Amino acid sequence: MLTDITIGQYIPCDSPIHRLDPRIKIIITILLITALFFISRFTGFAIYLAFIILIVIISRLPVKRVLTGLKPIFFLVVLTLVLHVFLTRGGRVLWEWRFLRIEEAGLFTGLFMVSRIFLLIMFTSLLTLTTSPLQLTDGIEYLLTPLKRFGVPAGELAMMMTIALRFIPTLLEEAEKIMKAQMARGADFESGNIIKRAKNLIPLLVPLFISAFRRADDLALAMESRCYRGGEGRTRLHELKIKRSDIVSLIISIILGVGISFF
Amino acid sequence: MLIEVKNASHIYRQEQGYKALDNINLTISDHEFIGLVGHTGSGKSTLVQLFNGLIKPTEGQVIVDGIDITKDKVNLKEIRQKIGLVFQYPEHQLFEETIFNDVAFGPRNLALSEEEIYERVKEALDLVGLDFEYFKNRSPFNLSGGQQRKVAIAGVLAMKPEVLILDEPSAGLDPRGREQLIELLDYLHHQQGVTIILISHRMEEVARLSTRVLVMNQGRLVLDGPPEEVFSQVERLREIDLDLPEITEILWRLKEKGINVRTNIFTIPEAVNEIATELRRLKPC
Repeated sequence: MLTDITIGQYIPCDSPIHRLDPRIKIIITILLITALFFISRFTGFAIYLAFIILIVIISRLPVKRVLTGLKPIFFLVVLTLVLHVFLTRGGRVLWEWRFLRIEEAGLFTGLFMVSRIFLLIMFTSLLTLTTSPLQLTDGIEYLLTPLKRFGVPAGELAMMMTIALRFIPTLLEEAEKIMKAQMARGADFESGNIIKRAKNLIPLLVPLFISAFRRADDLALAMESRCYRGGEGRTRLHELKIKRSDIVSLIISIILGVGISFF
Repeated sequence: MLIEVKNASHIYRQEQGYKALDNINLTISDHEFIGLVGHTGSGKSTLVQLFNGLIKPTEGQVIVDGIDITKDKVNLKEIRQKIGLVFQYPEHQLFEETIFNDVAFGPRNLALSEEEIYERVKEALDLVGLDFEYFKNRSPFNLSGGQQRKVAIAGVLAMKPEVLILDEPSAGLDPRGREQLIELLDYLHHQQGVTIILISHRMEEVARLSTRVLVMNQGRLVLDGPPEEVFSQVERLREIDLDLPEITEILWRLKEKGINVRTNIFTIPEAVNEIATELRRLKPC
C-alpha cells in the first residue's frame, strides 16, 4: 500500500562511504559535479565513471538499485541524444536520408551530453543512496551556518526539513486510513476519467490537510513547551566530527576534480 | 446477513513475515451483538476490515451472504453498504462544507434519489441525537469533538447497513457521550435488528451489551462465547493480560476470599443485590 514507499533512496549499510561526514560528502558532490562540466574529452568521462564504480564497490551498494535510480531520466537522455544527433551540424556527413542528416559533430555532442547527464545523476544519487535524510539535513545546516550572518535562518531551515521528512510516513499512513474510511462509505478512488478521479480525491485531501494542520499545531505547542525558540544557542545530540578518512576523501576528490577538469 | 471467515491469515508486509491475523475461523450471524476485545496490535482492526473487503486476507476466504469477497470482480460497494464500518476517530474523515452533505456522502455514492438521501440524512442525525434543522447547514468543523463523532457515525448509519462495525467508538468521549453511544447501539441492535460488532477496550461496555464476546491475542482468536462464559475464564484472560469488567473483577475477588457469589453478573444493581444477599447469609444479624 501507500506506506510501502521508501523516503528518498537511502540504503542503510555499514561502509566507509556511509560513515563519511555528511558535510564532506556534500562538498565532494558539489565539487565533482562542477568538475563534470569542465571535462572536455571522453577519457575524462571514463576516469569519472571508474571513480563512481569504485565508490559503489566500497559502499557495498546493490548495483541494481543504483541503476534503477537512472530510470526516470531515460526519456530525457533519449531526447537529448536524438535532438543533438539530428540537429547539431558540423564535420563530415555520416548518414543521410531525405531530410534527415547526421553529421559528425552532432553524433559527438549527443554522446557527450548523454554521458554527462548519466554521470551527473549517478554521482548525485550516490550521495542520497549513502546518506540518510537526517544526516543530509544536518550537513546542510552546518554548511549554511556561515550564511547566518546574511540572515539565512540555517537552523530553522534544517528543522523544517527534518520535520517534513519525519512526517512523510505519518501523513501517508493517515492518507491510507482516511482513504479506507471513505471507501467504507462507498467512495471510489480507482475508476473514472482523470477529472472525475481528481474530484473523487476531495474527500481524501480535505481531511488530510486538516489533520496536517492539526498535527502542525500540536507539534508547535509541544516544541514550545519544551523551550524550543529557534536555532539560537541550540546544542546537538550527535556532534559531527571530521575524521581523518574525511580529510583523505576530500583531498582525493580535489585532486581528481582538478585533474580531470584540466586534463 | 451471514459473515463467514475461513482459515484467514493476513500479513501486512511480506518481508517482515509478522502475521497480523493467524488462521481465523469465524461465523457471524444475524442480530448478534459482538464485543471484540484484545490488546493493541492483536489484530482486531485488521479482522473487521476483512468483513467489508477493505483488506484481502493473504490466505483464506471471507464469505458474505454466500459470496466470496476475496475474489476479484466482486461488487464491493454493495458489500460496504450492507456492512458499515466506523473507524477509530471517525471525526477525522469529515470533509464537506455542511453536515448535511457530509452525512449524505455515503448515500450519494450509492446513487440514491435526492429525496431518499434527504430522508436518510434526517433519520441518521435523529438517531445520533443531533437536531436536523439546527445542524444541517452548519460546518462540521465548528462542532465539538463529541458532536463531530456523532456526525461521522451518522454518515455511516445513513447507508443503512445491516451490520455495523465500530472500532473503539467511545475512545476520547466524556462519560455522557459514552452513555449516549451505548444507548444508540442498544437501540440499533434491539429496535432495528442491526448486527453490531463493537471493538472496545472497555470491558464494562462489552460485558453489558454483547451477546457474544471474541477475544483476540497476537492475531489469533483465543476465546469465543457468550460474555458470562468468556469472562469466567479469568485465568486465561489474565494470562494474556486483559482487564476484566470491574464488576466481574470484584465478584471474582470476593469469591477468591471465600464469599460464594455468582460471577456471571454484569450490571451494577444486580451485583449489589448479589453481594448484599450473600453477606446477609454469612452474617445474619
